[in-house]
Amino acid sequence: MTPVLRTEGLSVCYRSGRRLLPAVRRLDLELRAGEAYGLVGESGCGKSTVAFAVMGHLADNGVVTEGRILVDGEDVVGLDEPGLRRLRGAALAMIYQDPVAALNPVMTVGQQLREALAAHRRPPPAEARAEILAVLGRVRLPDPAALLARYPHQLSGGQLQRVVIAMALLARPRLLLLDEPTTGLDVTVEASVVALIEELAHESGMALLYISHNLGLIARVCSRVGVMYGGELVEEGSVRQILKTPRHPYNRALIDCLPDPGGRGAAGGLRLSSIPGQVPTPGEAMEGCLFAPRCAHAERGLCDVAPAPRMERLGEGHAVRCWRAREIPERAAPLAFPARQRGPAEGVLRIDGLSRTFGEGGGLWRRLGLARTASVRALDAVSFDMARGETLALVGESGSGKSTLARILIGLDGATAGRALYDGRNVASLPAGRRPKDLIRALQIVFQNPDGTLNPSHRVERILARALKRLGQRGRHAISARIVELLRLVRLPADTLARYPQELSGGQRQRVAIARAFAGEPELIIADEPVSALDVSVQAAIVNLLVDAQDQSGTAVLLISHDLALVRHVADRVVVLYRGQVMESGSAEAVFAAPSHPYTESLLAAQHPPDPDHRPLALAVPEAGPDSGPDAPPPGGCPFAPRCHRRIGPLCVEQPPPWRPSGAGDHGILCHHEPATITSPPPLASDAKRESASDA
Amino acid sequence: MTDVGIAAGERAGLTRLPLLGTVLRSRAATLGFAVLLAWGLVAALAPWLAPYDPTAIDFAAAADPSPSRAHLLGTDSVGRDLLSRIIWGARTTYAVVPLAIGSAFLLGVAAGLLAGYYGGWLDHLVSRLGDVMLAFPALVLYIILITAIGPSVINIVIAVTLAYAPGVSRLTRGQVLALKSQDYVKAAEARGEPGLYIMVMEILPNARGPLIVDLCLRAGYTVILIGTLGFLGLGLPPPTADWGGMVVEGSHLLSVHWHMAVLPCLAITSVVVACNLLADGLRETQR
Repeated sequence: MTPVLRTEGLSVCYRSGRRLLPAVRRLDLELRAGEAYGLVGESGCGKSTVAFAVMGHLADNGVVTEGRILVDGEDVVGLDEPGLRRLRGAALAMIYQDPVAALNPVMTVGQQLREALAAHRRPPPAEARAEILAVLGRVRLPDPAALLARYPHQLSGGQLQRVVIAMALLARPRLLLLDEPTTGLDVTVEASVVALIEELAHESGMALLYISHNLGLIARVCSRVGVMYGGELVEEGSVRQILKTPRHPYNRALIDCLPDPGGRGAAGGLRLSSIPGQVPTPGEAMEGCLFAPRCAHAERGLCDVAPAPRMERLGEGHAVRCWRAREIPERAAPLAFPARQRGPAEGVLRIDGLSRTFGEGGGLWRRLGLARTASVRALDAVSFDMARGETLALVGESGSGKSTLARILIGLDGATAGRALYDGRNVASLPAGRRPKDLIRALQIVFQNPDGTLNPSHRVERILARALKRLGQRGRHAISARIVELLRLVRLPADTLARYPQELSGGQRQRVAIARAFAGEPELIIADEPVSALDVSVQAAIVNLLVDAQDQSGTAVLLISHDLALVRHVADRVVVLYRGQVMESGSAEAVFAAPSHPYTESLLAAQHPPDPDHRPLALAVPEAGPDSGPDAPPPGGCPFAPRCHRRIGPLCVEQPPPWRPSGAGDHGILCHHEPATITSPPPLASDAKRESASDA
Repeated sequence: MTDVGIAAGERAGLTRLPLLGTVLRSRAATLGFAVLLAWGLVAALAPWLAPYDPTAIDFAAAADPSPSRAHLLGTDSVGRDLLSRIIWGARTTYAVVPLAIGSAFLLGVAAGLLAGYYGGWLDHLVSRLGDVMLAFPALVLYIILITAIGPSVINIVIAVTLAYAPGVSRLTRGQVLALKSQDYVKAAEARGEPGLYIMVMEILPNARGPLIVDLCLRAGYTVILIGTLGFLGLGLPPPTADWGGMVVEGSHLLSVHWHMAVLPCLAITSVVVACNLLADGLRETQR
């Protein structure tokens, strides 16, 4: 049988001026019908370039310099535009990262689906409609008929991605390419979209090429995996071989970067391993193995001289490109430091009934009774305490109020009610411009997006010097001495000072941002998703850095994150927010241990450990609904009730849930259930599927 | 992913280069810059380059103003050497245009920064005032202003400032609105930086690209504008060597001695085209 996709010695270069920069080097891939193949690696390793080359959609400066791409035996390279169009219609479809950009905002979903169908086949209108409704049902979109008349902005991110998948399925492709299809989505939504992709992969005879940096998703969806580095395939094998018995040092390092859910965590002295250095930029002159400069096992005189060998077969379907693959010992033990010593808990921040409502009061239109927007409660009577030197994680989906809380604490926004007491002073409605210097110094923030956090017009030196000056450091010598100290703290070389942010990688920029936050020896650092925009290899380094800096200075960290594996690794205590209300709070052990709030339960179920044997829980939590309409949270009841899998009939909808301590320290949940009754684990996905199959 | 990375890398290299490097990356911008530089040299060296005093009258030449060995480009109708007057005219242009454009940008950028950053009633005030100014046809505005306050260098500067500042302010305001939600601005606010520092040091340097392009375009328009005012008799008072004034003087004899009007016209055109080339080239390399 001819494979659906086969690349033979595929090399792709990008033209830059007169130079050709190689992005993919002599890549051999083979996908058979019904196979789900995962392509992993850090960003900049050429994964997306492979997908674009297969689609014949390379950027204007991209050229296939060598090799062939056979789709169903037909070479895509050198195919003209009509030929490509025919192929894309009949054999290929691709799903991109951002569903919002993939759909036209001024056309209804129905129009766009009809258009997509007409591009492939022209059935009579009635048949077309039936086919579209069938495919929308297949991607598990409720009420497809009503959906057809909606515009993209009326749908949620998860629904949009389902529409995009439906559109791709209309083409009845034999090969579906997915480029990070769930990266922009909330964890719970991601889980359900991935479940859908998994179903598609198993049920239809389609071949899937799944590109992702998330090993957990790969483990769930794919049967075979290829690991790319610097445009080369460095290891290939079954998902079990790649994740359970990784042989290439790069693959091992990638897996080791992920926090171990059963580990002692950061407070126990454990550090994540990371990969030093960064992916080589295309065109960088290099001798020997591309990974050698970052490899912990590289041997001088071998790895840095001879180019890496050809792919060597290790076992059935398992191949690796490394000189030392057979010699390297099994996985190394994680780095361990002495556990954190902690004195008596001394409070540093007390948040008491903090609320923030948007769209209320003020405004001329509202006063005239003409405002039509309802007010939104971003924070609703949130209370918790933080002790000196501790890490408290704030978790929840987007829209839960995490970032609003951060903005209030640093004085970029004001609370509508409640207090946030730092050092006996209420900072909840004190804008940054009116805060005394010592208060600004004490409360600092690290932002999420490394691209925007540093001013592109300022050199690193100026960025740090200005922060120091503002925080009261005087004298040029004192400032430059402190800058050197800060650079050492974040482990950046001294020549970073003369650079502009654009010349730094995302991880380096985030280090500078951390250095800036630590400039004034703060008491509390608010880290708003500090690593979510970074590659796993860099994430680990940044997390270690934060933990080390925290250990050295005794600073408390308020970590805002949606990554529960990371939270489990670093946090001492956890607060779970949903629609501005604290659903659960307590020590990390208590929250991650079995009995917890149904919402936390669903967040945990949405996690994908990089383990092909992991059986996901069948918690198909529906996506968060709009603020109004039938799916909106009931005004009097529990905000999570419409999505809850443990809802107790009308009680949850009508009565506000009480706060119920579980008895384990200050752990408690906001729920009508007694914590002790939430013990039986929800069913596993595979069982649920069997049930639904027998129903049908 | 990779292609994005490469593009970002290139852009990174660009912003590091000083403005001259950006100019030299584009052929159009280089050409425009060279022409402007050449005229600049002419203006600076006018006393040494010009063969005659621009106001000296050669009665013999007035009888036959055509180009001759004594007067390479001929003379005007009263016998003043045209080459010398064009050279000194460059000096006038290079003195008035930067002054006028500079003050227009000073006012416009300041207003745009304030309106964009603070918003609210200040934004409404600045924007509506600008709208009122923009509602006047530009030429009518000049004529009203100049006839009201009389023609002089300072008054031309005032007229250009009032006419261009609203447009500059709008452009700046738009840039500020886009930039002020950036995290580095939030970080500066969280440090308690004063508004002036945030506007001038954090936001303005990142808004400079479109502003520089706009500046080049407006410089070109201003050359035309000063020519137009000169043509309408509202330009610089005679006997100052002013290209626009020379065109109007020469236009009376266009059918007999075309060179009197056409040559200063060419001078104006070359500067305007050079400004446009520079603006186009900069816009391209910024992308």
